[in-house]
Amino acid sequence: MAATFQVLGAATGLFFSGSFDPQRLHLPSIRSVSERRTGFLVVRSDGHIVSSWNFPARRTQQFITSSIATKANEAASATTSKPGHELLLFEALREGLEEEMERDPCVCVMGEDVGHYGGSYKVTKGLAEKYGDLRVLDTPIAENSFTGMGIGAAMTGLRPVVEGMNMGFLLLAFNQISNNCGMLHYTSGGQFKIPIVIRGPGGVGRQLGAEHSQRLESYFQSIPGIQMVACSTPYNAKGLMKAAIRSENPVILFEHVLLYNLKERIPDEEYVLSLEEAEMVRPGEHVTILTYSRMRYHVMQAAKTLVNKGYDPEVIDIRSLKPFDLYTIGSSVKKTHRVLIVEECMRTGGIGASLTAAITENFHDHLDAPIMCLSSQDVPTPYAGTLENWTVVQPAQIVTAVEQLCQ
Amino acid sequence: MTMDLSRLTSSSRRLHLLVNPFAAAAAHSRRPISTDTSPITVETSAPFTAHNCDEPSRSVETTPQELVSFFRDMALMRRMEIAADSLYKGKMIRGFCHLYDGQEAVAVGMEAGITKKDCIITAYRDHCTFLGRGGTLLEVFAELMGRQGGCSKGKGGSMHFYKKESGFYGGHGIVGAQVPLGCGLAFAQKYLKDETVTFALYGDGAANQGQLFEALNISCLWQLPAILVCENNHYGMGTAEWRAAKSPAYYKRGDYAPGLKVDGMDALAVKQACKFAKEYALKNGPIILEMDTYRYHGHSMSDPGSTYRTRDEITGVRQVRDPIERIRKLLLGLDLASEKELKDMEKEVRKEVDEAISQAKESQLPDPSELFTNVYSKGYGVEAYGPDRKEVRSVL
Repeated sequence: MAATFQVLGAATGLFFSGSFDPQRLHLPSIRSVSERRTGFLVVRSDGHIVSSWNFPARRTQQFITSSIATKANEAASATTSKPGHELLLFEALREGLEEEMERDPCVCVMGEDVGHYGGSYKVTKGLAEKYGDLRVLDTPIAENSFTGMGIGAAMTGLRPVVEGMNMGFLLLAFNQISNNCGMLHYTSGGQFKIPIVIRGPGGVGRQLGAEHSQRLESYFQSIPGIQMVACSTPYNAKGLMKAAIRSENPVILFEHVLLYNLKERIPDEEYVLSLEEAEMVRPGEHVTILTYSRMRYHVMQAAKTLVNKGYDPEVIDIRSLKPFDLYTIGSSVKKTHRVLIVEECMRTGGIGASLTAAITENFHDHLDAPIMCLSSQDVPTPYAGTLENWTVVQPAQIVTAVEQLCQ
Repeated sequence: MTMDLSRLTSSSRRLHLLVNPFAAAAAHSRRPISTDTSPITVETSAPFTAHNCDEPSRSVETTPQELVSFFRDMALMRRMEIAADSLYKGKMIRGFCHLYDGQEAVAVGMEAGITKKDCIITAYRDHCTFLGRGGTLLEVFAELMGRQGGCSKGKGGSMHFYKKESGFYGGHGIVGAQVPLGCGLAFAQKYLKDETVTFALYGDGAANQGQLFEALNISCLWQLPAILVCENNHYGMGTAEWRAAKSPAYYKRGDYAPGLKVDGMDALAVKQACKFAKEYALKNGPIILEMDTYRYHGHSMSDPGSTYRTRDEITGVRQVRDPIERIRKLLLGLDLASEKELKDMEKEVRKEVDEAISQAKESQLPDPSELFTNVYSKGYGVEAYGPDRKEVRSVL
């Protein structure tokens, strides 16, 4: 079965000594990442770190997988006043990454300027000094090949985390992501697993120009064999990062350029989130608003206005872009009978388009009104600030849409 | 002492028999041909050409057993490819089928120079490389015919052969993409301190892909044990190398990375080059090998192979440079086997191939549920609907 142990203080560092063999690892250790941290870890006694674990008997363990956001909910964390610690979203990503690198020596990071420079958004700051050049690798500007190299390394059992400095640059690696990353597990008849994580910031920022404001989730969504998740808060950023690294499947983690400086208090204990679950941000009765990434904040802003006007919207952050969490979404549709999708993707071929189709096919009988989908305009993102604001969905438009939907 | 004239053939050079009449008697009571492991040294027929490094010696250490195994393995590969040709024309194999006959020496020579812990990755012309890595004929034919008994359970096809346990990483349809993958394998080997190397094979057509240069740059920077092998059969489908590459000296294109040009129709030269490259890569980082080889078939079964080259050229290469004939002459010349023994071996091989085909034909087509297996790996275990759910609709 499994052994549970508590690790306090210093622990044995499992880095590269001469005869290191990660396959025969027995006791992964968690070293305190900071003085505040004590951790619990559940490990199978057969020594495998990354294998599927059964959870039904272990609800009392520390893996918090509920879909309720814990922004205000401290039930899962320890008892004393002001539990947890505050940090920014990029620090949460870094914490998750660091904990996983500590736990499993097979985890390595590859990307442009992730090492000595510390990462263009500081997600990997300090990791190169700690883990060395072989685990935090600065690559030249060659997305096609270093993504391919990450996939090749993953085929042997390493767990690389490939960073695209901006998601848009990963278009250069589309062949590798689609054909090799997504399909190798299938075309090899199950021989190779590709436990790679491809992550990076995307989305419309502050006047970054058309090529640096792309939303690639719509291009990648049809690739069979990959999973896509989008983080939106420090809490789910850390949890999704850890889950993505531990997953045996290739996962693309979409971050957003404008969300890196969000501050939140997150638990001290170790936690991992489910890659396939959506997050209930605000329960409600009148309308289901499905959203992800930055648009969650526009929706919450609109929700304040809507509440003042007497509406009770249910807001769900879908988080898992592939596959959709149709269970949570469906339960909500069954309750409210109206759906509004708010996304930053473009209308044509976007996540919203697929989600509309999925909901219509599955829950048509529960809908009282056609699904409304608010997406970005099908234009290259302009530089001028006012025009840029017009390309993405604004809270006012969300309020109008809900009013229209609830007539 | 009479010499048995029937044992002499026009292609063998039995000089020593003419000189030593007792050898004929000894020939009648020769030990079984496949077990002698005493070392012998053979000179490669063509010199190596080096770029930025010292070329290896032309004298190759080998044993009679190894030479006989070269003959047998290459004959097996040749027979397998020809059988695949007939199966394709008989519509038992569909889609794309890229045959390797003519190039067998590269697969066989490479295996002789390395271990199964080293990795090989190649593009779609992978049937013989797969066989060399320890794949069975049954797995090959079953996969080509899309049956369950295939190495990828029938779901990969001709271009997706893999054998993880013996370090064969495929099998890739998009040329060029396998080279960064190969450099990733080399990275993992360095990371895990395996002291093994990766051979990333590509063709003269794919040599013009940008990602090769990107991957080579990174591999040289990080000093990875990656060996890039260009199997130059002089044609990228229908385009001759001089029409596709400004500089067809593929072994020099690494510029800062050293390169070696090898006669790819000589299995012993290939073996020597691969051994040399492995030692080099483990110490100094990437090296490029260019194997000068030739394919008799067209690019694939839908290409007759004669619209962009003359039949005379093909028959010319077959007469002068064929890898199997070369080993045959060597074996006969060194009196390691008789003409009859080699012919018997070829008959045996033919039988083996035919048996494998009939066995493969009996293998089942994949079950419809296999459509959805291995799309994803089982998730790491959190209680949730995983992506392997097969229902398209969800029920509340």
